[in-house]
Amino acid sequence: MKPIEAYISGVGQSEVGMRLTRHPLLLTVDAVKEALAEAGLSIAQIDGVSTYPGKVPAMPGFSPVGADELVDALGIRATWYAGGGEITSQLGAVVAAAAAVRAGLARHVICFRTVYEAAAVARPDEYPVQRGDRATGNSQWFSPFNALSAATWTAQYAMRHVKKYGLTREQLAQIALTDRKHALLNPRAMIREPLTMDGYLAARMISDPLCLFDCDRFSDASTVLIVSAGDALDEVQCTPVRIAAMAGSVERLSWDQAEWMACYATGRDLWKRTDYKPADVDTAQLYDGFSFQCLAWIESLGFCDVGEGGKFIEGGTRIALDGELPLNTFGGQLGAGRLHGFGFAHEAVTQLRGNAGERQVRRAGGRAPRVAVAASGGGPLATALLLTRD
Amino acid sequence: MAGYNTSSSRPLPRLDSDNRAFWTGGEAGELRIHHCADCGGWTHPPKPVCRHCLSEHVAPKAVSGTGVIDTYTINHQKWFPGMEVPFVIARVALDGAPGVILTTNIVGSPVEAVDIGDKVRVKFEAHGDVWLPLFEKAAA
Repeated sequence: MKPIEAYISGVGQSEVGMRLTRHPLLLTVDAVKEALAEAGLSIAQIDGVSTYPGKVPAMPGFSPVGADELVDALGIRATWYAGGGEITSQLGAVVAAAAAVRAGLARHVICFRTVYEAAAVARPDEYPVQRGDRATGNSQWFSPFNALSAATWTAQYAMRHVKKYGLTREQLAQIALTDRKHALLNPRAMIREPLTMDGYLAARMISDPLCLFDCDRFSDASTVLIVSAGDALDEVQCTPVRIAAMAGSVERLSWDQAEWMACYATGRDLWKRTDYKPADVDTAQLYDGFSFQCLAWIESLGFCDVGEGGKFIEGGTRIALDGELPLNTFGGQLGAGRLHGFGFAHEAVTQLRGNAGERQVRRAGGRAPRVAVAASGGGPLATALLLTRD
Repeated sequence: MAGYNTSSSRPLPRLDSDNRAFWTGGEAGELRIHHCADCGGWTHPPKPVCRHCLSEHVAPKAVSGTGVIDTYTINHQKWFPGMEVPFVIARVALDGAPGVILTTNIVGSPVEAVDIGDKVRVKFEAHGDVWLPLFEKAAA
């Protein structure tokens, strides 16, 4: 029997904004409907659901909708489903779905990530964070030292690049500047204001060397990708995008015990599982919850050597829409909003289908991209997907 | 995102059987890391099993309390009202306990005087039932 391949069929996204009042389940349904319409599928054909990180009652804004809730709300007859945070970062939910369809456990799996962090901060009575009086678990190893945000943990990896490889603020700025430039061309982007180098350099420092514009902002949105089995593509109307390779890894989850962020191992592994090479990639959509994580992904995936990321992005021409590696063409999380990992895969698929409108990447001869990489995660978690239009 | 209901200037750890030796060793002036009697390896964060050989013969053991700054950041953001900034958050690689790195603060010197590779020494700060291992630069 021929092995079953995994594809992404429909993709969808709700409105993206700050302090939205639309119910987070309805945002999720908006994204599901858009994805179903693109794929030409009906909800009756969906037999799987996968999400990250599952419902998190203690932090309702971080993950307001779980797989259970979606299965029930939409009347999905699921033969496989999963949702949880103990996986190799956000796009690990897509890897799980792809593994499930390849194993024949399901034919069409809705993968979703819904965030409601801005709304939850604005309406704490409705979406209360459950606070304890003491730090437990991995948090206890940072919180007593007031290392209270992933910004401070990521900044330490960035500082190593500053000291060891000479990464400059002007170089690092290119992630935020490029994101904001691309966001202007994305009607759904949350931040649609230009950012200049002067503006970047004048921003207040959060955790050296990361300034305000190196950090994403809370947003409210839902993003959906439907993973479909290769032997069920006759049911799909849109151009399927093949998941040509997948990789993921987990480092020491306390962050501080790890020598390097997990993306470095994941990037190496991705290319062991395909005949494609980094030079074949037409566009890269790489996690940038903090700008430095994106730079680390560029190095991890072999677009340049470790330590050369700063020089690679210097001036921004290589990562521009018409550059050799068009990067985060929807605006990334720094421009489009904190879609939390799923936005990168959504954009990779949109670009491969030639549906990206004003921000559509055109390669030599005017062709649409054929090979894209999408990556999620920073710190101890990493997932990378190689996506192709065959 | 402080996320803790605390009146302290620092969110403190909840003590349990795994972490008590680490967080209270400072009372005796000792920095205690889980050590394996069978393979000699060190396990941190502390757990009742050695992460190198899976032996259960692990117990807290005092280390020298010196180390080297692996990397750091100068934090400028007030993550909760009243937080005093800037301050240094660093990863310190402990001498004599290969592979063990602590997230901590470097105190007692201007923030701009801190660098990767600096030699540092533990300085405990008592907060009720917890002794936090902070570090200060060791005399050159």
